[in-house]
Amino acid sequence: MTAVRVHNRVLLALVAVATAAVLLTGFVALAPNRLVSGKPVPLWQDVGWAMTGGIAVIGIVLLGSSLTRPRRQIHLLVTAAAAGLIVLLLAALGRAAATLAAGAPPLARIAADAGFWIPLGCAALAIVDAQQRLGSAAAMRLAIVAALAAALVGLAAGGTFQALSLAREYQGHRAAFAAAVLRHILLVAGAVGPAVLIGAPLGIAALRRPRLRGPVFAVLNLLQTIPSIALFGLLIVPLAALAGAVPALGRAGVGGIGVAPALIALVLYALLPVVRSTVAGLGGVDPAVLDAARGMGMSRRQRFWRVELPLAAPVLLAGFRVVTVQAIGLAVVAALIGAGGLGTFVFEGLGQYAVDLVLLGALPTIALALAAEFGLQTATAAVAGRFGR
Amino acid sequence: MIEIEHVSKRFGRQLVVADLSLTVPQGAFCVLLGQSGCGKSTTLRMINRLVPFDEGRIRVAGEDVAQVPAEVLRRRIGYAIQSIGLFPHWSVEDNIATVPRLLKWPTPRIRDRVEELLELFRLAPEAYRRKYPHQLSGGEQQRVGVARALAADPEVLLMDEPFAAVDPITRAALQDEMARIHAATGKTILFVTHDIEEALRLATLIAIMDRGRIVQSGTPLDIVERPAGDFVVDFLGREGIGLKLLSVRRVADRMRAGEPAEGAAVAITAPLRDALAAMTARRTDHLPVCDAEGRIVGAVHLRDLVR
Repeated sequence: MTAVRVHNRVLLALVAVATAAVLLTGFVALAPNRLVSGKPVPLWQDVGWAMTGGIAVIGIVLLGSSLTRPRRQIHLLVTAAAAGLIVLLLAALGRAAATLAAGAPPLARIAADAGFWIPLGCAALAIVDAQQRLGSAAAMRLAIVAALAAALVGLAAGGTFQALSLAREYQGHRAAFAAAVLRHILLVAGAVGPAVLIGAPLGIAALRRPRLRGPVFAVLNLLQTIPSIALFGLLIVPLAALAGAVPALGRAGVGGIGVAPALIALVLYALLPVVRSTVAGLGGVDPAVLDAARGMGMSRRQRFWRVELPLAAPVLLAGFRVVTVQAIGLAVVAALIGAGGLGTFVFEGLGQYAVDLVLLGALPTIALALAAEFGLQTATAAVAGRFGR
Repeated sequence: MIEIEHVSKRFGRQLVVADLSLTVPQGAFCVLLGQSGCGKSTTLRMINRLVPFDEGRIRVAGEDVAQVPAEVLRRRIGYAIQSIGLFPHWSVEDNIATVPRLLKWPTPRIRDRVEELLELFRLAPEAYRRKYPHQLSGGEQQRVGVARALAADPEVLLMDEPFAAVDPITRAALQDEMARIHAATGKTILFVTHDIEEALRLATLIAIMDRGRIVQSGTPLDIVERPAGDFVVDFLGREGIGLKLLSVRRVADRMRAGEPAEGAAVAITAPLRDALAAMTARRTDHLPVCDAEGRIVGAVHLRDLVR
């Protein structure tokens, strides 16, 4: 008999961690009401043997894959198995919640626990690892993400998660939720848009006039070091005074609290990464290429649009990605000064010690950030791919 | 034709080009030769106004460059540089088409011109036009760089050490290519280099520069036979001058026509230096000479070389 050989340590570790989480922690947590912390319930107790068995079989398939010589087919198998595991875990979560809810008092809260989240994360990482080993194209990755998102939406629409406390919180805040997501997106767009419009010319100016560069970065770095809550607080006084002095502005919505100070703070935070990537991107264009462009008789404008901008595009897009993801996260804090958005649920939940309500704000924020990250990464890869660099 | 008249240029207090005058006649291959920092690149870049000059006048094809808008002027002058500066996000075809597109040539004319130039540089059009610069070797990139400079059929061609960054074998091939293209197109070329061998190989006219001035100009033979002063002698390499002489004189100059000889022949158009090298390698004191068709037309003897 030949000795067992580990071919994919990453996958083996993921399987081990996920198995330990399933065996040692609760799959869901059951609490008698909103204020008490829940008691862990293991996977096999309430989801039925078929689903538990299915999850175990996928675990064994993944374990076997980590011990097999890596080939294209193996990476594809791992991707499919891990994606199946994600869908199965989601379905099992709904089933466990439904079963538990049937025998529990109406105020009982059922939430996903470590035994769900850890295997879910491990499965996602297994997909990422397999795709990296495959060196797959952006289209393939996009298809995987779309399929998983479709499965999640399909399960949710089918009422799978109805019994979960997160879904109950959602039911309770249904009207506010859609508005909050929309407000959140508008806050991000309202911050990133002006930040690009101000930051890109500022970056170009800093690039063309090196003397300007020191002071510009000094100010922007200083802004970045101010904690976000402090910056929101600092803006209350001048903006309240401004609204008092110019009543028209006050009527237009400018004030010490609300959307105006939130947008100003978000723009200020977004400026540094925008300016920095503008300087890095445009400054990184080979001077010989620019000399040639000038020597060929391109005007300043032609050089910018035809040469500098396309060559800087990968770096600029990467900067845009950082700024967008950062703004999605920071916009949560903006709820603190009454700007709305998903942060409303987070702070409301924190105030009420209601973890599920916090999650109702936090999970969509994470989803938005991941979607932005993934979408812009795909766009960057497509642009960079054109130059073969 | 390029006429540079009493041109001066200062960077701060330093005079980098000092009252320089030089005329490059129509169809000449003029090499501006000098050490780094002598002002030769600055001189070249003043012609297409990449560097503004303080005093004097420069005319290209009879027209004062200061009277023409800089961008219009540059589109009429070919420009090739050491670091090539191909646009990495454009295919070979797009790169070569840069100036014709700026001049708004119709598309079919641009396509034909690109094809013609790729053929001139012996790059198979179908294989190369869609490639990107990073898919080309250094020598191919430089060919495309020169093709791009020639694309709009410019009146003059400016070349700033275009072959300095490639390996010696590729450089020799590119130099041969350049000589062939000069002969085929009859362009007026101003070529900057610090490499004396390159200058002797390519130039019909050499101007040697030192500290912003031209210290001597003339044909390669003039310069090697009658170097003006110590600077030029040093530049030519003192003891090495003899070899330089053999580089600029041709086998045809010293051949004994009709005399028979045995062995592999040397071309009648080759420099005498090649004949000396062949004799040394083969341990012989004479070689047969052949013409372009490979017919033996005479012989060259070792003692003729030192005559």
